[in-house]
Amino acid sequence: MLGGTPNPAMLRVEDAPLVTGRGRFFDDLPTPRAALHAAILRSPHAHACIQSIDTSAARALKGIHSVIIGDDYAQVAAPLMVGVKLPIQCWPIARDKVRYTGEPVAVVLAADRYLAEDALDLIKVEYDVFPPVIDPLLALGDDAPILHDEMGVNLGSERQFSYGDPDAAFATADHITEISVRYPRNSCTPIETYGVLAEWHPHDQAYDVSANFQGPFSIHPVIARALNVPGNRLRLKTPEDSGGSFGVKQGVFPYIALLGACARIADRPVKWVEDRLEHLTASVSATNRAITLRAAVTKSGRVTALAYDQVEDVGAYLRAPEPATLYRMHGNLCGAYDIPNLSVRNRIVMTNKTPTGLNRGFGGPQIYFALERLMQRVAVDLALDPLDVIRTNLIGTQSFPYRTASGATYDSGDYTQAVERAVSDGAYKALLARRDDARAEGRIYGIGLTAAVEPSVSNMGYLSTALTPAERAKAGPKNGAQSCATISIDPVGSVSAQIDSVPQGQGHKTIVAGIIADRLGLDPKAIRVTAAMDTAKDAWSIAAGNYSSRFAAASAGAVRIAADRLRDRIAQIAAAQLNVTPEDIEFAGGKVFSIANPDASLSFSRVASAAHWAPATLPDGVGSPIRETAIWTAPELTAPTEGDGINSSLCHAFIFDFCGVEIDPVTHEVRIDRYVTMHDCGTILHEGMVEGQIRGAFAHAVGAALFEEYAYADDGAFLAGTFADYPVPTIHEIPDLQILHICTPSPLTPLGAKGVGEGNCMSTPVCIANAVADALAPAHGPLDLTLPLSPTRIADLLADERPAPEGQMTAPEPNGKGLSGQGEARVDASPQQIWDLLMDADQLAAMIPGAHGVKQITPTRFVADVTLGVGPVKGRYRVDVGLSDLVEPHSAVLTGKASGALGTGSGTGTVTLTPDEQGGTVISYRYEAAVGGKVAAVGGRLLDGAAKIVIGQFFAALGRKAGGQAPKQGLMVRLRALLGGAR
Amino acid sequence: MKPAPFDYVRCDSLDEAAQVIEQNGDAARILAGGQSLMPMLNMRLAQPAVLVDIMPATDARQITVDKAVLHVGAGVRQADLLAWPGLGAAAPLLARSLPWVGHTQTRARGTICGSIAHADPSSELPLTLAALGGTVILRRGNKRRKVAAADFFMGMMLTDKADDEVIEAVEFPQMPAGTGTGFREVGRRKGDFAIVACAALISNDRVRLAIGGVNDTPVLHDWDTLDPSDEAEALNALAWSLDARADLHASARYRRDLVRNLGATALKEARQCAA
Amino acid sequence: MRRLNADQRHTVTLTLNGQLVEGQATPRMLLSDFLRHELAATGTHVGCEHGVCGACTLRIDGSMARSCLTLAVQVDGAVVDTVEGLAPAPDRLSVLQESFRKNHALQCGFCTAGILMSLDTLLRDTPDVNEDQIRDVLSGHLCRCTGYQAILNAALEAAETISKETKDA
Repeated sequence: MLGGTPNPAMLRVEDAPLVTGRGRFFDDLPTPRAALHAAILRSPHAHACIQSIDTSAARALKGIHSVIIGDDYAQVAAPLMVGVKLPIQCWPIARDKVRYTGEPVAVVLAADRYLAEDALDLIKVEYDVFPPVIDPLLALGDDAPILHDEMGVNLGSERQFSYGDPDAAFATADHITEISVRYPRNSCTPIETYGVLAEWHPHDQAYDVSANFQGPFSIHPVIARALNVPGNRLRLKTPEDSGGSFGVKQGVFPYIALLGACARIADRPVKWVEDRLEHLTASVSATNRAITLRAAVTKSGRVTALAYDQVEDVGAYLRAPEPATLYRMHGNLCGAYDIPNLSVRNRIVMTNKTPTGLNRGFGGPQIYFALERLMQRVAVDLALDPLDVIRTNLIGTQSFPYRTASGATYDSGDYTQAVERAVSDGAYKALLARRDDARAEGRIYGIGLTAAVEPSVSNMGYLSTALTPAERAKAGPKNGAQSCATISIDPVGSVSAQIDSVPQGQGHKTIVAGIIADRLGLDPKAIRVTAAMDTAKDAWSIAAGNYSSRFAAASAGAVRIAADRLRDRIAQIAAAQLNVTPEDIEFAGGKVFSIANPDASLSFSRVASAAHWAPATLPDGVGSPIRETAIWTAPELTAPTEGDGINSSLCHAFIFDFCGVEIDPVTHEVRIDRYVTMHDCGTILHEGMVEGQIRGAFAHAVGAALFEEYAYADDGAFLAGTFADYPVPTIHEIPDLQILHICTPSPLTPLGAKGVGEGNCMSTPVCIANAVADALAPAHGPLDLTLPLSPTRIADLLADERPAPEGQMTAPEPNGKGLSGQGEARVDASPQQIWDLLMDADQLAAMIPGAHGVKQITPTRFVADVTLGVGPVKGRYRVDVGLSDLVEPHSAVLTGKASGALGTGSGTGTVTLTPDEQGGTVISYRYEAAVGGKVAAVGGRLLDGAAKIVIGQFFAALGRKAGGQAPKQGLMVRLRALLGGAR
Repeated sequence: MKPAPFDYVRCDSLDEAAQVIEQNGDAARILAGGQSLMPMLNMRLAQPAVLVDIMPATDARQITVDKAVLHVGAGVRQADLLAWPGLGAAAPLLARSLPWVGHTQTRARGTICGSIAHADPSSELPLTLAALGGTVILRRGNKRRKVAAADFFMGMMLTDKADDEVIEAVEFPQMPAGTGTGFREVGRRKGDFAIVACAALISNDRVRLAIGGVNDTPVLHDWDTLDPSDEAEALNALAWSLDARADLHASARYRRDLVRNLGATALKEARQCAA
Repeated sequence: MRRLNADQRHTVTLTLNGQLVEGQATPRMLLSDFLRHELAATGTHVGCEHGVCGACTLRIDGSMARSCLTLAVQVDGAVVDTVEGLAPAPDRLSVLQESFRKNHALQCGFCTAGILMSLDTLLRDTPDVNEDQIRDVLSGHLCRCTGYQAILNAALEAAETISKETKDA
């Protein structure tokens, strides 16, 4: 252990308040009595023009202060700027167009949240709905719907890079392996959602904002610019505690701008706490990405070149700090391997989905899913042991510091030792035997491996790699990553510290107290650390915040530097008082004393406080120890070079994982049988916390690998709006794992530490996927796998389905595109009688379930207010129904659209009337429908059945009318009989 | 995510509740354990004008066995029944399926009858009631009627209960001695709604498999006998006869796979239990 | 029978962590909001408001309950226990709380209140609790920080300590 690191077993100072309900999370803090509570109306459509917004009914409701829309925002505030200049405007609230489901459209400010939500239901928005584009590759097509007319295309940025001589390497390769993969959208979903409290001070022309923002504070100027104030007039405070973030709470910033503007317009403090539906639908997520990756390989499995073609889907707007997800790993594209030649094509595309942002792993999961699937495929292609392929390509121990092809400097490492230690200590051979045994019993068992480099402490200049060298020259250089820490000594000599790392549960305060206590010879309990940030009072720079695993390497290092400076000064003061040299001074047990003569001793508090009480007694030339702020950046974090080389991160930890998985033959679930993860994260500052970071990242990664996806329907409806539809794993789904360490300290950080918090988010999803591929390989050969590897996906990869017994009728297969169904019913009436009913407005009105206020617009078009629902789920919708393709009295097409507070729907149904031999008519129908908005996000599971019921009710009514008599049985029994007759 | 406004009526007896529901009909909903209804209220999917709380009604808390029928009152919480010592003897299938309902925390509040009333096709209790051929006792004011489970469940969250009726109790008949029971379920996570749930009952003269999560209501299939050598074929035919839905979590094909695979597992469990 | 009008605030009286307290609530006010915003008992946290995440779990009349799925008016006259009531004294921790600290069973601490309430109830009601029972109860909670293993370890250790203390006493 290096000097200046805390006791690795130290209890966390954070915990006692948190386990007793005394945390100070955003919504636990006092709210000004004058505050208004905000609720946000969001678009139910992925892509539509806003034709009108009628807020009059909402504003008339008691308790409602105001309703604010995009044009109001634009009166006092501006769009959000972004690093890559595009001719688009990124507003935090929609102006004339909505581009993703969940995009804010209006904000209600009310006396409380309940009333505010009441008013949301009363706002009427007319939309002209456009076809959306959801898939990033389709979005690049010539005939794709265009999100931003100013652009004319959906491609936001394209850059190509070449390092070494990839063309020559591919031309001379023994073998070329290529894979195409898709990385899905997912999110680490902190359990505490976003919260913002904004106040406007008109005489100061300044905003005071509290928000559980996590940084990076490079976003602060973005918010200030949007709110049209200089930075010193946006005071941004973060609470002492934050309920998890994992990057995600970076995404609160558009709401800071939005609610700041609301506070200014309303001239009242405004508070907003995001709810879970809002969070899942519209907060922020990892980017989904399509990657084609090729490797030039020698016969022995040595990769000599890689060629990436990446299409990054950032959602509806390129929003700061994007396209950072794509460029964060730019220096690390060859992972842990010594590959000198590299070509990269990076495209950024916009689609009708929520804009993306920070999410634990940040670019790493996407890269490693491609790279490590490729390395496994190389082994398969060349019939090599996948472990040997990794070994063959690892960067050699003697090569550090190692310069990667794309310009990163790997600070330290011993990858070979880490792998070999993991193989022995993690009992890899036993795992191979376990697989053999399982396979011998006919079980589906596989092993996956992954090697990965985990970068930490981002270079604030890496994002400018997205610009051409000429654009960079114009914009001015960007580099470095300043960390700030302040230590203060008060008049009684007690020590306080302020850090810029905005922790969300990582235990930073404990580590900081430990570092300071160690340097100043004090009990850690005597040090008080504040993690709440206040941009008006605390030292910070754009790099401040809790991201890129920067704490241990950078923030903690700044603390160490500040503590050392104070120590030096106090040592000089003590030396003068004790008549010894400063080099002879030691700090321990609350004392400052002479090493040579320990009896010559002073109490720390007395020496340290001298600067308050008797500054004249300080020796000449010794600075005051009252307060010290250390601001540290690593000189290695330089701007991108002319040749686009970029040292994108300061530190590079190493991970080697392997696992064994078994696929359940009954349920097709993937069970993780054994998981071993080897880490080299440099110096470990606290064993318990490092283990906590690894286990936490592993749990997120298991979620990403097997369970979680922000799923969208083809029509842009968001489908995962609840924790039932976005299945975050519970304790039952997260297995135990074996954690191993080696340590090669970073020579570049003050404490030798590197980041450790994101590694398993990068390595584990692909390790599990490789194991699943291996499990399925004996029977199915190499497979392309898509995450999450849910049982239903696995089922499709396994053998073809056993067909239905010969001659057995089967239900029609769902086509996977929204809701669809068909049915038929027989009624005792002629086709003409039924036809006449369908064409009669009044009759039709009476048959639409729950309809009231039917208006006939044209002979074949009706609008109505309809109450639709099943069971307790009921909603009022505005319905617009048209009849077309009329072939009297045989067939007609009904087209309907519905919109209401619960969401929107549209559908088409074809009705065919066929006379039967008894003089009756068989009415057959088939329909396709799509549903969007809240009801799709939270009730997806119910929709199919609900659609059937509503449509069934219509035909039951039609049958009843046509039959001319009351049904003998209850309506519902009859309905069931009708529907039952469908199959 | 806050409920729309409603009047709240706290009932001290089921008589009172039946009266309020009869008067208010569609505008009122019974609030029992709230574990299904409250999320819908919070999301404003449901916006009743009146909420009728029956949990203070002490006359709704009865668990009794009479003439080989287990009678469970409207206010009986899932945890109460799970902890009731007679459950294993009175309704072994229910004893197997009940732990699959939600989590300890939701079972502590949720009621048996509430889950039946909610009629979610993926939920375990409607499946169990249907598999056992149970009945629902409905009340309109002071008039009672009994409906067989097979007639009660009519669609996705759609039942034969009229808007002005309340469920007073449900009844689970005891199976003949020697009946073997099996229950298997697959969801995305433990405690989630079932993608597919299978309940099996095997007695001397009948093999029954009840399937939840596939159609809009629980589906029962009976065989007089089912030779293990014919089982795979029979389950395949059963799987294909269903109206398997596709949703975010499971394709229709996966649901059929589960009917084949999980059905076999449930039958095996029931067979072992009967032996 | 008592009918509470939707638009009015009604007095709700309950025993919260051993103290008789009262506050005002409209019928639709959730218990979680009532505790946090009306009674200023902010230890109970809100994570999803649809009963899945478990952060808002507390105890009503001795049983676990999701406070986001409970109305404030439903607990009129009830005994409600929350995380604020677990410690034996303001500057001390319960066995379970101490065990959480020792085992790093929390990181951000947001979901912790609910988990502690479930485990406290389980350990109180189940003298010889086993690992499966603990896992089963924990499966009603989502934690995004810890990966759960440390929580399980803390619960097992607390159970052992409590069991020892009971036998010694």
